[in-house]
Amino acid sequence: MHGTERFTAAVHQWLLGMFSPGAAHIAEMVLTGLAYLAFFAVAGLALVYLERRIAAFFQVRLGPNRVGPFGLLQTVADALKLVAKEPIGTKKADHFLYSLAPYFLIISSLMAISVIPMGAGFSAFDIDVGVFFLIAVSSVGVLGILIAGWGSYNKYSLIGALRSGAQMISYELSVGLSLLTMILLVGSLRFSDVVQAQSDYWLIFKGHIPAFIAFVIFIISGTAESNRTPFDLVEAESELGAGFHSEYSGIQFAFFFLSEFINMFIISAVAATVFLGGWMPFHIGDLEGFNHIMDYIPGPVWFFIKTGFIIFLMMWFRWTFPRLRIDQLMKLEWKYLLPLNLLNILLMAFFVWKGWYL
Amino acid sequence: MRTGTLFDPIEQDLHTDEYKINMGPQHPATHGVLRLILTIDGEVIKNVEPDLGYIHRSIEKICERDNYRQIVHLTDRMDYLSSHINNEAVCLLIENALEIEVSDRVKVIRTILDELTRISSHLLWWGVMGMDVGALTTFMYGFREREMINDIFENTCGARLTMNYNVPGGLMWDIYSGFVRDTKAFLKHFKPKLKEYNDLLTDNIIFRKRTEGIGVLSKESAIAYGVTGPTMRGSGVSCDIRKLFPYSAYDRVEFEEIFMQGGDTFDRYLVRMKEMEQSIHIIEQLIDNIPEGETLEKTRAVIKLPKGEFYQRVETARGELGVYVISDGKKSPYRMKFRSPGFSNLSVINEIAVGHKIGDFVAIISTLDLVIPDIDR
Repeated sequence: MHGTERFTAAVHQWLLGMFSPGAAHIAEMVLTGLAYLAFFAVAGLALVYLERRIAAFFQVRLGPNRVGPFGLLQTVADALKLVAKEPIGTKKADHFLYSLAPYFLIISSLMAISVIPMGAGFSAFDIDVGVFFLIAVSSVGVLGILIAGWGSYNKYSLIGALRSGAQMISYELSVGLSLLTMILLVGSLRFSDVVQAQSDYWLIFKGHIPAFIAFVIFIISGTAESNRTPFDLVEAESELGAGFHSEYSGIQFAFFFLSEFINMFIISAVAATVFLGGWMPFHIGDLEGFNHIMDYIPGPVWFFIKTGFIIFLMMWFRWTFPRLRIDQLMKLEWKYLLPLNLLNILLMAFFVWKGWYL
Repeated sequence: MRTGTLFDPIEQDLHTDEYKINMGPQHPATHGVLRLILTIDGEVIKNVEPDLGYIHRSIEKICERDNYRQIVHLTDRMDYLSSHINNEAVCLLIENALEIEVSDRVKVIRTILDELTRISSHLLWWGVMGMDVGALTTFMYGFREREMINDIFENTCGARLTMNYNVPGGLMWDIYSGFVRDTKAFLKHFKPKLKEYNDLLTDNIIFRKRTEGIGVLSKESAIAYGVTGPTMRGSGVSCDIRKLFPYSAYDRVEFEEIFMQGGDTFDRYLVRMKEMEQSIHIIEQLIDNIPEGETLEKTRAVIKLPKGEFYQRVETARGELGVYVISDGKKSPYRMKFRSPGFSNLSVINEIAVGHKIGDFVAIISTLDLVIPDIDR
């Protein structure tokens, strides 16, 4: 039994000892919800800090380094400022939709994060359609963006929102299909099975050629899903001001901002889980000694190292590449990524059928 | 149920219309208070109408009030990125009108600073160009090198942007002792950086796809609209004042006038990138042999130009700056007119931007390299 599983089991036992089974169950759910909310906030702030430091690293400057040790509290200070700020909206906005929009994004990313196992048995749900659930739930976010763009009565917002609608619906396909390629290899949509299948080799090594193609496609379309450069047409600072959230301020803006970073975390976490072994430690074939040492590093640490690597990759893209144009974006998806993806699935199916995997 | 082939457009069901958006006066892409009224069909631009005047300060009118020494200082505030070259234009005009022959030392120092100004201006443009197409890092890289030039300027005359180092009759004072050393240090630092710029942006596939074949400015319309500077040379028309009407020390240095034939956004980009190389080349020829001599010729305390009309043109980082003066013999001009490169370059926008998407439009206005105070004056 892994460390994280022992921890959750201990909490479970402790709650059962204190309450009746029904009450304990409810208390567990509340605790899990609170834990995820706390994680959401902390991860969001940490990612913003990380982004700013990494951006500074790429841009030959220092980044935030004054508030707290290494500027760690800078994002906390910024978040407090945003919370305290007066929300300023447009007069003619559709106020119901305008206020509703941020919650779509927040809720969709919160729900998506709940199925990702961060360690053995360390996820809110471990349902048997986990991967499907994640794709389904994360596509709700686009509704929030569309509503925000429509509701704020601003042409720039509207252009941004419509771009986003086109972009996210298109790239959803690639995300789904590239994950499906890997599911062929695993044979289960449950995230814990996906991770368990990688106890000997990570899937990216196990499925070699098609798996690697799927990984590249997933990273590209995942970057597009989370609306980051080179696919940040939704915001397109130099074209649309701030795109769909031009008219938001204060805490509502913070919601959009946080959910963008959480989406990046989710994409990275899924990439780490499906392709890079999730919380499984890194093993090399028969090197017993090496594998044994690797086993000492706890699962969640592995998970966050791998996720962090993908996050760094995505930040690297952001601070290096220019932005695509909307028609190039569509062309990339429908003319290149989608056909390639479909061929790749066939290839993977063939490999699985022939047993040509590790 | 609807019948028809796959390629029949669906009509009447969905009523679409053109709409107008205001780009500016506060917009990240217009780099100043320029207002562009775009008529848009979806994302495609149908018409562009520039609306000027948000930063009009009546510089030409103020010139009629001020004396000639004061006018030099006003020109800083037009194209603030080429402030040294602007100052030089007025100084040259006054010197020519009064038939003052400045020493070789002045000419060479002016030329070196001109080229440093050009590099500094192009660096800022390069950073902003990258930012406009979405690569935010270029901005910081451009500013890193620009900082060194600004330091040289600051040590030379105390100002980093609005220089006012040129005065009628020469330079305000001599260059500082470390000028040659600092300039050489900058050149040594800067040369490898140009390659870095090309690696980062020029050779980037996304950047190429975004700029090649976009916003094509034909030779004919470039001439018809009076476009000048790198924007015109991108279309393959020779218009470099430094070559055609040499002033200061440009007649004694050898450099190439950069041409591109395509006239698209990428060509205009390349012209500026290569001009920076040529600027380095010019400075290298001059920096080691700055002749000795007077830095300031004696002029009268109150300068009065003889009666008549005078015109002087110089090549700023943006194109041809013309200074036209009608003098009635008094201490201020009767009429003063600046032919600013930005105004003519902006006028071509409707010609080249129509039919492109908003994203490309931003890249196009970026390669016109507009400085709004230069357009409005």
